[in-house]
Amino acid sequence: MNIGESVRIALDGLLTNRLRALLTTLGIIIGVGAVIGLVSLGRGVENFIAAEFQGLGSNLLFVFSSAPANGTRTTIQPLSTIEAEALDNPSVAPSVGQLSQEFVVPALVVGEAVSIQLGVSGVTPNWDDVRSWTTDKGAFISAEDVDSTARVAVLGTTVVEAIYGDKTFDPVGRTIRINERVFTVIGVMAEQGGGIGVLGDQNEIIFIPISTAQTRMDRARTRDGGYRVDILNIQAVSEDRMDQAVREIEAYLDQAHAITFQGEQDYSIISQAELLNSLGSITGVLTVFLSLIAGVSLLVGGIGIMNIMLVSVTERTREIGLRKAVGARGSDIMLQFLIESVILSALGGALGVALGWLLTWIGGQLVPDLTLSVTGDAVVLATVVSTFIGVFFGLYPASRAAKMRPIDALRFE
Amino acid sequence: MFKLFKREAAPPPSSEPKAVIDVREIAKMYKMGDVEVHALRGVNLKIMEGEFVSIMGPSGSGKSTLMNILGALDQPTSGDYFLDGVNVSRLSESELARVRNKKIGFVFQSFNLLKRTSALRQVELPLMYAGVSGRQKKAKAALESVGLGERLNHLPSELSGGQQQRVAIARSLVNEPAMILADEPTGNLDSRSGTEVMQIFQRLNREQKITVVFVTHDPWIARHTNRVIMLRDGSIIADQQVKNPLVAGASERPSLADEMEEILQDAYYGGQQEEYN
Repeated sequence: MNIGESVRIALDGLLTNRLRALLTTLGIIIGVGAVIGLVSLGRGVENFIAAEFQGLGSNLLFVFSSAPANGTRTTIQPLSTIEAEALDNPSVAPSVGQLSQEFVVPALVVGEAVSIQLGVSGVTPNWDDVRSWTTDKGAFISAEDVDSTARVAVLGTTVVEAIYGDKTFDPVGRTIRINERVFTVIGVMAEQGGGIGVLGDQNEIIFIPISTAQTRMDRARTRDGGYRVDILNIQAVSEDRMDQAVREIEAYLDQAHAITFQGEQDYSIISQAELLNSLGSITGVLTVFLSLIAGVSLLVGGIGIMNIMLVSVTERTREIGLRKAVGARGSDIMLQFLIESVILSALGGALGVALGWLLTWIGGQLVPDLTLSVTGDAVVLATVVSTFIGVFFGLYPASRAAKMRPIDALRFE
Repeated sequence: MFKLFKREAAPPPSSEPKAVIDVREIAKMYKMGDVEVHALRGVNLKIMEGEFVSIMGPSGSGKSTLMNILGALDQPTSGDYFLDGVNVSRLSESELARVRNKKIGFVFQSFNLLKRTSALRQVELPLMYAGVSGRQKKAKAALESVGLGERLNHLPSELSGGQQQRVAIARSLVNEPAMILADEPTGNLDSRSGTEVMQIFQRLNREQKITVVFVTHDPWIARHTNRVIMLRDGSIIADQQVKNPLVAGASERPSLADEMEEILQDAYYGGQQEEYN
């Protein structure tokens, strides 16, 4: 007796009870659909976050002041322009390519009778190069602006929209007031993607010359005679020299800040890769967790299949008896019922893949920022798992059928 | 009337007819709680090739138990059962399945046809489990031999009771078994269909020398066979040749009153009264 024959018998058995077969597979359909839907959602979120950080440039490092990890120091020595300029020197840190300083001033910005509160970034003129941003209208902060501590500002599109009511408005030449000082708008940044991003709205930003921020908006002198800097945006020479760059920056800053012990550092260096990893692991855990919950419904679906197969075996006791009387061995009967349960669960798996695909598509429509897609490995996994469920939960009913004694089975009413 | 179902040429006849069934001191004991039920108490029985035998007895006589053992559906507690020369009482479950498949054709009172399965595929079933090729051709020939050549693709629900039983007969003989074991094959049929089915069995036995064993409680049916074995309380109490076996369809079944009269006047089952002592 061959497999094809067994499949034919099993299909016959299932077609006799179409509605029941469909309802039985529902558990598997929902389980597989949920797993696939959730996995693609998790992947979509992961990809979205990755893409957002990829936009920063892959060889970026950020240096900023922070409390020491071991809490031994209570005073934090801020980063200074002197240190920044030293790090920009190839003889001090050869792996550092470009370095842009940033000094953030909390400010009340008033324009066209609208006032908004935000941190205004004083930056060096190469900030847009380091971060790979571009201006959409006008120009970015120039070296002359920094040299002359000019009162000029470059706006992000969200700020433009907040002040002028339309983010496509061209405000170049207009004036705004930042902390009661009049600034001329000289440019608008191109809109950055990912409006709902984890970094916050990157378009809600105002750039002014760093010298203006450090001298006109704040008196931010440091002990070494420079000015305070909040963030150093650093581009390593190349992606594979990121680690080297980190070591060079550490070596210099440890000396400058008189750090002798590990964990005493009053600054942090974060690379984009680290940010990506930490966020990726969070979404990864989330995806696994959600998939496990969905997996529980697969288990429930498997139990449903076992239940129906037991009913089916009992209902067809006489058929089993007859088959045995005309020469079916226990293994033939076993195979017949196993194939039936595998067909049930595999059918559920296939329909579940369709459901998962539908859920993914709906998710993609609801949140256009996420590019969601059902991946091949999820489909393969669902198929393998559902087939395994069919075998596993079909085994007991099938062996019960196989062990039936023909005389008992034939006598069964 | 019907085309013959062709069988391969029988081996050259030996001087002594071969025993299809050779039962020696078979006993069957069940335990019902603490009570031991002796369904069979040492039965000896030989049935030769080409015989047409009825096994009779009231309910509780052990005839069902004997049929189950003869059909390799059950194993005796003790004793030996040789079917076509093979000691069936020593076989494993899957070997028994093979014996049932190759050596025995079953016909049941309630037909036991599969629902939603065409006549042709019902008959193919034993061939399928035997793993033989050319199933469709053989199944078709078997159905033609019972006069159902025109109804190959009918479902059981589309066939009359008599036709359903003929499908079952075709199924029982398609694997060319050593014997056909029929349990009350006419019990669920009206008298006309019953007569038709009986005719088929007689013809198969007469023309193809197929060994047929009937299990019945109906004396009228038993009178159509050539030999009657009576069971009571797990033992054979009579084993006789039928003097003038009836030819199915040749005589009307007597009314119940006539039958009773006949039974009272004559010896049982064509034998003489004194033969039973």
